[in-house]
Amino acid sequence: MDVLEITATVDARGLSCPMPIVRTAQAIKPMASGSLLEILATDPGSVKDFAAWCRSTGNELVDQTSDGAVHRFVIRRK
Amino acid sequence: MDESMNLVLFSGTDDKLQAAAVLTAGAAALGKPVNVFLQYWALDAFRAERIQNDHGLAPEAGPEGRDHVNALRKAGQASWAETLRQAKDLGGVDIQACSLSMDLLGLDEGDLDPLVDGVEGVTSFYLNAGDGQMVFI
Repeated sequence: MDVLEITATVDARGLSCPMPIVRTAQAIKPMASGSLLEILATDPGSVKDFAAWCRSTGNELVDQTSDGAVHRFVIRRK
Repeated sequence: MDESMNLVLFSGTDDKLQAAAVLTAGAAALGKPVNVFLQYWALDAFRAERIQNDHGLAPEAGPEGRDHVNALRKAGQASWAETLRQAKDLGGVDIQACSLSMDLLGLDEGDLDPLVDGVEGVTSFYLNAGDGQMVFI
């Protein structure tokens, strides 16, 4: 896999729903189209939430990994 | 995703207001316009001087429910007022006080927390809601 160049990171670990998504929506707004945002979250709902949020907003979920406790998402700005 | 989400808040306990704040913030994050209409005891909780107070929980919470809510708060969950503030920061969230409830509680607009954008009647609320979904809490 190519190394992804992350522009910004949202550390949403420890935040409960819907704050990981809210922080992400805030953070991605000023970013340039095509740039990558990384999110770290522990909310168990975040896996489905980020997939749904990306589908709905048109931003692309390019990578998603999990070590069990922490979920990591990489989203490409629309 | 332009269809609006419309929430009528009636209950003034912290758990119901928290649920409403989560629904508001989630819809705002999806880019939906959100109209929030504050009636009765929900409006009472938005008094500037009381918004940070403990507003209690719905009766069904019981002592065990209170423990769960306290644990979540201790783990750093944002208050409903803070959650709404973040939602408004995303844009598209309009919070209006029901004019009848303002009369009922003897309130002036100056008595309300700045989270509240204005006072309106139910007709104006329905008009702004259009064909969007409606939730009553």
